[in-house]
Amino acid sequence: MFKKLCEKSFPKSLWVYHCNVGACNGCDIEVIDVLTPYYDAERFGIKLVASPRHADVLLVCGPVTRQVVPALKRLYEAVPDPKLVIAIGSCAVGGGIWFDSYNIVGGADTILPVDYYIPGCPPRPEAILHGVAVALGLAEKEIESVHLKQLLDRPESVPVEVESLYS
Amino acid sequence: MITSKLKEAILSLRPGRVTLKYPFAPHDPEGDFRGYPELDTDKCIGCGACAAVCPARLIMIQDIDQNTRRMVRLLERCIFCGRCADVCPEDAITMTKHFELSTDSGREDMVAECEVFMATCQRCTRCYEPANPLDKIMEPGFRDDEIKRGGQDSPYEPIQSD
Ligand code: SF4
Ligand code: SF4
Ligand code: SF4
Repeated sequence: MFKKLCEKSFPKSLWVYHCNVGACNGCDIEVIDVLTPYYDAERFGIKLVASPRHADVLLVCGPVTRQVVPALKRLYEAVPDPKLVIAIGSCAVGGGIWFDSYNIVGGADTILPVDYYIPGCPPRPEAILHGVAVALGLAEKEIESVHLKQLLDRPESVPVEVESLYS
Repeated sequence: MITSKLKEAILSLRPGRVTLKYPFAPHDPEGDFRGYPELDTDKCIGCGACAAVCPARLIMIQDIDQNTRRMVRLLERCIFCGRCADVCPEDAITMTKHFELSTDSGREDMVAECEVFMATCQRCTRCYEPANPLDKIMEPGFRDDEIKRGGQDSPYEPIQSD
């Protein structure tokens, strides 16, 4: 659904606003790296803008500290519709190694509706480009939840309901 | 002035095309890059060493019964440090070079779950006895970790998408 929305609403280019909500700067550096001529995300029409009011996409890096929650909510409201949120880095995806710290909320999707997730610590620039390609419909996602068993015919084993963990 | 501009243009033409073809052509990471940690269920003995050292504490161990152990790995918060692969006595975990992990459907795509069969001790009929008496008191019976994901106790109201 988001893919369709994406194709319909952004026929030309994505202007991104990059925000750091408690990241260690590793992810921010990789985001800047992606914009250099070597990786050149600008060939997909991606442009870093200085104000959320000009942006279509919010790039969120970091595990979201408690301090930044109101600011992040205001930032999200400031981006005009239709908007996308991309979580970059293990921190923004799931809280990273700080997922249960006292000052951390734990993941961007506990505050915002996140559309695309790019895990990695930091994700290498190619991984971010792959995320961009997934967002633009140029590539397919390559990851799926895995359920493996050594014993195939054990009657009482019930797999963990992954969906219920995230509802 | 024009000559200097021309010189500049010629200089900048010299390197040719530097941009990577990446999303259209594969680009494998070189060196000792660490990507997605893959678990070989056939090798794993369920010792739990990886769960003990993981800095993101993302490997949760639950014992279903006497000799079946379930390991739930919430790889959404994996930092690809490779410690789990380092300590694994059976080399069951390999750090692959797979980095294209981005997804559009949610963090549950990064969950990896496996069930392993544990051999029972002939003497005590239990699988693993803790090494020292203190651990024995702390961890009676079977291990049953709580599956804890980042943000599950968040006191904040999330913004709903429209
Ligand atoms: S994912 Fe890793 S590199 Fe990115 S902000 Fe978190 S700790 Fe830093
Ligand atoms: S690579 Fe590091 S963070 Fe990821 S599962 Fe292994 S020990 Fe945990
Ligand atoms: S993966 Fe290796 S370290 Fe982890 S439980 Fe299995 S054998 Fe032990």
